[in-house]
Amino acid sequence: MDKTTRSVSLSFLSIKNFLTVEVFRLDRIGSFLSPIILPVFFIVFWQVFAVRIDNSIVLPTVHEVLDILVKPTANLLSIGSLIRNVLVSILRVGLGYFAAVLIAIPLGLFIGYSKKVAEFIMPFVNLFRPIAPLAWVPLVLAWFGVTSIATIFQIERGSLYVLFNNIKVSMIFIIFIGAFFPILTNSIYGVKSVRKTLIDSILTLGANEKDVLLKVLLPAALPSVVTGLRIGLGVAWMCLVSAEMLPGSLAGVGYLITHAYTVARTDIVIAGMIAISFVGGLLDWIFQKIEAKFFKWQSMSK
Amino acid sequence: MDNIVEINGLSKIFVSEKKQAVQALRDVNLDIKDQEFVCLIGPSGSGKSTLLRLMEGLITPTTGTIKVMNKPLKGPIPEAAMVFQEYSLFPWRNIIDNVALGLELRKVPKNKRYEIAGKILERFGIEDFYSSFPHELSGGMKQRAAIARAIAISPQILYMDEPFGALDAFTRFKMQKGLISFWLEEKRTIVFVTHSVEEAVFLGTRVIAMSSRPGRIIGDYKIDLPYPRDRWNEEFGTYFKELMTLMNSGDIEKSMAF
Repeated sequence: MDKTTRSVSLSFLSIKNFLTVEVFRLDRIGSFLSPIILPVFFIVFWQVFAVRIDNSIVLPTVHEVLDILVKPTANLLSIGSLIRNVLVSILRVGLGYFAAVLIAIPLGLFIGYSKKVAEFIMPFVNLFRPIAPLAWVPLVLAWFGVTSIATIFQIERGSLYVLFNNIKVSMIFIIFIGAFFPILTNSIYGVKSVRKTLIDSILTLGANEKDVLLKVLLPAALPSVVTGLRIGLGVAWMCLVSAEMLPGSLAGVGYLITHAYTVARTDIVIAGMIAISFVGGLLDWIFQKIEAKFFKWQSMSK
Repeated sequence: MDNIVEINGLSKIFVSEKKQAVQALRDVNLDIKDQEFVCLIGPSGSGKSTLLRLMEGLITPTTGTIKVMNKPLKGPIPEAAMVFQEYSLFPWRNIIDNVALGLELRKVPKNKRYEIAGKILERFGIEDFYSSFPHELSGGMKQRAAIARAIAISPQILYMDEPFGALDAFTRFKMQKGLISFWLEEKRTIVFVTHSVEEAVFLGTRVIAMSSRPGRIIGDYKIDLPYPRDRWNEEFGTYFKELMTLMNSGDIEKSMAF
């Protein structure tokens, strides 16, 4: 190698070094910035368009919406604050979801465990799966009308009445339907995907049927069940907000949005949508953390 | 001592989901003496794993009888334990809880079972992985833990279903030596399934050769070589050649038919 080529190749190397270092640095800043680039652009465009349109019914400005979000306890349109309506929605989801969890997990584990039970129940369950939760609304309203938890437990006055009267059986039913299927199918899958060797292993160590269930099937199915719980909660949350937009509701984020729409308060509509996104995202994030923390073995052992 | 396992006229027919019957084993007769190290060899489909699972009591025979320690077998018994090829550790349990599982099922108190399992971990050189999880261990370490788990219930018979089949050659040699020294010290009965003739001759006091479709016993050899064995020894070569010829003759029959 003569002198020129060597110096050329050296300078080439240094450029390459320089580039890799720089690109690496950009990369690190990039990975920090990249998730917020699009949202920032989105907000800028929103603001620019809002100012140009200059009509807060069509599109309110960013700060008009922010004004509502920074005062979440202020009474809106005399139907309660943003926080209160979000809490009513969360309470509703909680009840319907809880009912779905109580039924779907044991049923799913049972179906996954026994082929005979699966053959008996699955065709029936599959009849209902394709029906969108909201398609149940007319029927459910006809059945339950405005019956609420307050009616069922015969609470007739006081703050409990105000709270529970807002939790209609019909809505809980819709949430139940929404959350039920993801939890059920994931629980079934969880049990079915247990490796046969694990069951054989514990049998050779002297396990009875109860041991197989408690020490193999349940722990092995758990990660899948938690995934089902996460997806189910997401679906339940979406169903609820839609259900609240239907007639018969008197509180909740969905109702707040519909009501704000009828009185042409688009800023409240958007604030409500942001609240929905925030709560839904938060719940999902919590579940993801649980999955990552407790079920590390699952992703590692595959 | 007399026979620890007695198998008479054993056959096993599996019925597939399409209702097709497959004969996995036909007319197997086999007696195993206490403290023997028996290797079952054969090509895939020769029913050697099926035979092992029948002996463990995980599945029931179609015809014939199995007696273990002079009692007809009805299911897994505490006197026997089994080691599988791979993925048999519980991924959500750490190593000590995996190894102590058999004792846990027998309701041995926690400190007592950790004491027993801890000693076995030391014996197998995996005490450093006491609180590790299976996914953090190499294949060899995992299999050591799986063997330790089977040993922890102190079985008289140890069934091993291709336990080193998924390991690299170097690790496999180490594990084979370890298994032999364990067997020489502890004097248990081992029934070891493998498809490697060389592994069978290296390990066993006796090698049972099986043929496929239907699975049946075609040869029963006593390997009269002292331990530790030398793979380059002339007699080792003689046993190896003899068994290879036997196994291949079955194959030629098949390939002609094909």
